[in-house]
Formats: sequence, structure tokens, C-alpha cells
Amino acid sequence: MYKRGIYTIVSNEPLTPAVYRMVLEGDTQYITRSGQFVNIELEGKFLRRPISVCDYNEATLTIIYKVVGRGTEQMRQMAAGTQLDILTGLGNGFATDNNAQRPLLVGGGVGVPPMYNLCKRLKSEGKQPRVVLGFNTASEVFYKAEFEALGVDVYVATADGSMGIKGFVTDAIREAGIEFDYLYTCGPLPMLKALYDATDVPAEFSFEERMGCGFGACMGCTCKTKYGNKRICKDGPVLKREEIIW
Amino acid sequence: MVKHYDTSVELCGVKLINPVIPASGTFGFGREFAEYYDLDCLGAISFKGTTRDARFGNPTPRIAECTSGLINSVGLQNPGIDQVIAEELPHLRQIFHNPIVANISGFSLEEYEECCAKIDKEEQVEIIEVNVSCPNVHNGGMSFGTQPESAAEVTRRVKAVTKKPVFIKLSPNVTDIVAIAKACEEAGADGICLINTLLGMRIDTMRRKPVIANKMGGFSGDAIFPVAVRMVYQVANACNIPVMGCGGVSSASDVIEMMMAGATAVQVGAANLKNPYAAKEIIEALPKEMERLGIERLSDIIGIVK
Repeated sequence: MYKRGIYTIVSNEPLTPAVYRMVLEGDTQYITRSGQFVNIELEGKFLRRPISVCDYNEATLTIIYKVVGRGTEQMRQMAAGTQLDILTGLGNGFATDNNAQRPLLVGGGVGVPPMYNLCKRLKSEGKQPRVVLGFNTASEVFYKAEFEALGVDVYVATADGSMGIKGFVTDAIREAGIEFDYLYTCGPLPMLKALYDATDVPAEFSFEERMGCGFGACMGCTCKTKYGNKRICKDGPVLKREEIIW
Repeated sequence: MVKHYDTSVELCGVKLINPVIPASGTFGFGREFAEYYDLDCLGAISFKGTTRDARFGNPTPRIAECTSGLINSVGLQNPGIDQVIAEELPHLRQIFHNPIVANISGFSLEEYEECCAKIDKEEQVEIIEVNVSCPNVHNGGMSFGTQPESAAEVTRRVKAVTKKPVFIKLSPNVTDIVAIAKACEEAGADGICLINTLLGMRIDTMRRKPVIANKMGGFSGDAIFPVAVRMVYQVANACNIPVMGCGGVSSASDVIEMMMAGATAVQVGAANLKNPYAAKEIIEALPKEMERLGIERLSDIIGIVK
């Protein structure tokens, strides 16, 4: 189920020079799973901006976005109190109704945010999630402390070695000798593919694609899977290991 | 006493409670929108362009944003006519009780014929809309709609296999829209639908590559509204068959403007993708706009501008 609503910006602040966190107040009842996304209308832009939900509670939702173009630059400049027209509850999100006890969560860059609510959820379900966060360099790292505050082991990998383990998330998993029985991940396509190849446990991968509507109507973001055509916005963004065609 | 504003119109004998029809390709088979609102407020629904065989469509990215619009190169992704008849149509009938417009596309005359013959047997479908104007497929689609002779030939072949009203959906990417519309009328078309998308292109200047994998695609949205009004006006004045206007409609005021240009019904396309409630909100705003403009019966203003 998904709905449109008007949301008020509570705060909008930088986590790194390019990455911002926006907290919005409004109806969150249609967000039901970690890994879902919202689609934000911006003045003067024809298409909405799809952004994954980092966290939510009864009254607020938190998104984290990277300023990459004119739309996100517009978002960066928005002050608290600004109202936004947003579609919520979009996408399938991650499934947690499985027997995994030691799931591994891997986020890369702006793929990190959806892992936060997922981590909270898995903890509340009595599971023991571990988290690997991948970034290019130390100045781009965000949310390490927030994950640690959830009481989970957090491993950081940076490509240039300026923080944590030098290399990619797959290097961090190997070097730290992390054992896990399920994998959840979101991040750049090469990272998803590397994780797919390096692991053999049941896994869920969150994909990105350029979207039109964001709710399954326009067929703009269709991909081929082993179970037929799927719309990243509606049937995804999360695909299970067994259905993915690279 | 509250004045009654009559929004009903009639398309080739098919009565519509209002002229607003979600345009093919922007509304799927209604499923996604039924989660947002009760579809029975809509005058009719034109469902996703359907071909004989299931199609994946074009590679992604298929979408490029533009000022006041977007380019799409979906490329007629659809489950194929048999699947549409077996599953989508019965489901659509369950969630929607007003007239259904079947949008049929093809890559050969035989394919148009075969699909329309199949749809002709479906009681749930009131009108057939034959798409000879998709800019996103090669060797078919638009090529039939860019010449009067080939558009007329599709019309003749389709008319021979169905008793349902046939609208031919035309492309704006032509030099003489009137000649093509008249050729369709002479070949027996019951109506004309226009316009489909305008062929467009965007370039990612950072990557120095087209934004869309297929390089070009169909441009739609608010920006194309004036082109659509102009073409509706030209065709409505040249032909004696009804016109469904389409292209950049995003408000009740746009609906009325297009009707004044000559449209009997008005399709809402890209606006649905930006705001899933667009068609519903346009319909709800119609009476107020009619009051403002002193219109009691919407059907009175069709083609009133000469």
C-alpha cells in the first residue's frame, strides 16, 4: 500500500560535504518494510526524486541523500518548515521473515541508509546483524556511529584505506573473517555483483534504476529476472539472489 | 440551488460520464492506480499498448527528465494480447466499470489485424485505439502512421475485422497531420486520437552520451500541450469523425481548452506519472472550471473555436 502526503521538513543537515540527512514529519503508516523508498515532488521538476528511507517511526521519516544534480541541490537548500508532496510506501523492501540468525548488512555509499532501519528491525527481532559499510575515502564516511549505537559490530572499508580496512566491502568481509547466514545489501552495481560472486548464502540485493513514476505504471525501470520482467520501483528495488540476471 | 454541470460526452455511441481518459502507456491496466483511488470516476481507461507477442521493450535507462515533461523509450513492453485478454482485461473489469479503450500496436498489418480480431470478441472493450505512432520501435509502430497511405491501410484492415469503434492514434512527427487523419477517415476510421509523443533526445553532458539507452524517445508532458491543441484543432476542423485529444493535459482548464479546439474526449498521460491522482483531480476540478467559464454542458463546447 502506498499513498501521497504532505510532509514538513524538521531538519536538513550535512553528514559529509555532499551527503545530507533530512527528517520529515508526516504520515508514515504506509511504510511497512526496511528498504522501501519515497518519491519526492520538487518545484519546477517534472519527475519526482526517489530516495530510500533510512529510518522511520510513527511521526517522522528520515532520508539521506547525496547532492548529485539539480534536484538534490534544490533539496539541499530547503529549510526546516518547508512542506513537500511525497509518495510513501513505494517498493517491496527487504524481507526479514526468514530463519537467518546472523545476517550481514552491507551498504556502499548512498546505499548505506536503508541498512539502518533494517539493522534496527533485525535487532528487534532478536537476530544478530553485523554491518559492513563501504566508502571511497574517510571524508565520505557517515552513519558509522549511528550503527554502532544500535549495539552491532560495524566494519568500515575505504577504497583508499583512509579509514578502516583498505579496499572494498568484500575485502573487509574476508579480512575480518565475518561469518553470516544471510546477506542484505544496497550500493553501486559493481559492489552488488562482487558480493553476489563472493558469497553463497541466501541474499537480497537492492537495485537502482532511472525511474519515471516510481509506483509501477510507466514501465520505465523494468529489468529481466529469472522469474520474468520486474519493475525495479514496484516489484523491486530488492531482488533475491536466485532471481537476478547480471 | 446548486447548479448541475453536465460533464458527460458521447464517443461514437459510447457514453462517458466525463471526457477524461488516462492515456495508454501511463496507466498500465489500472492496477497501480486502483491502490490510490476508485477508478470509477474516470470517463474511460485506455490500457497499455498491446502487441501480438509479449515484449520486454527497450534497454534501460528508458526515462529522461525534461523541462515540463519527460522522454520515455519503454518500447511497448506488454504481456501480449492473449495474456491481456486472459488476465489483465478481466482484472481491469473488476476494478473499473466504465468503458475500456483497448490500445493495440503492431509491427505488421497482419499483427494489427490479428490483435483487433481478438479484441473484437471481448465484450469488456468498448473502443479500439490503434496505435500507428509509437516512436520507440523500429519497423512498425510509427512508420505506419507517418504516411497517409499506410495509415489508411492499417485502418481498412482493422475495420474489416471488428465492429467496435476504431480510433487511429496518430503521431505528431509528420509534416501534414491533416492528410493522414483524412486518409484514416476515408478508410473508415470512427475517430482519431492525437497526439502521441514527440520524438526527442537528451544528452548527459558529463558522460557525453545520450541519457536514454535507445538514444531517442517520445517526449510528453505539459510542454507538448500547445502542439497537441494545434493538431487537434487542425484535424477536428478537417474531419467529420470525433477526436480524442491527448498531449500535455494536466488540468481541468487544459481539458476544456482541448475540447474547444475540437476534442470530444481528452486523454491525460504524463501527468499521471508525476501525480498518481492527476486524472481524478482533473475530473473533480471540472465543474468549478465550467462554472468559471459559464459552461453548463461540456459537450456544448466541443470544437466551438473556429
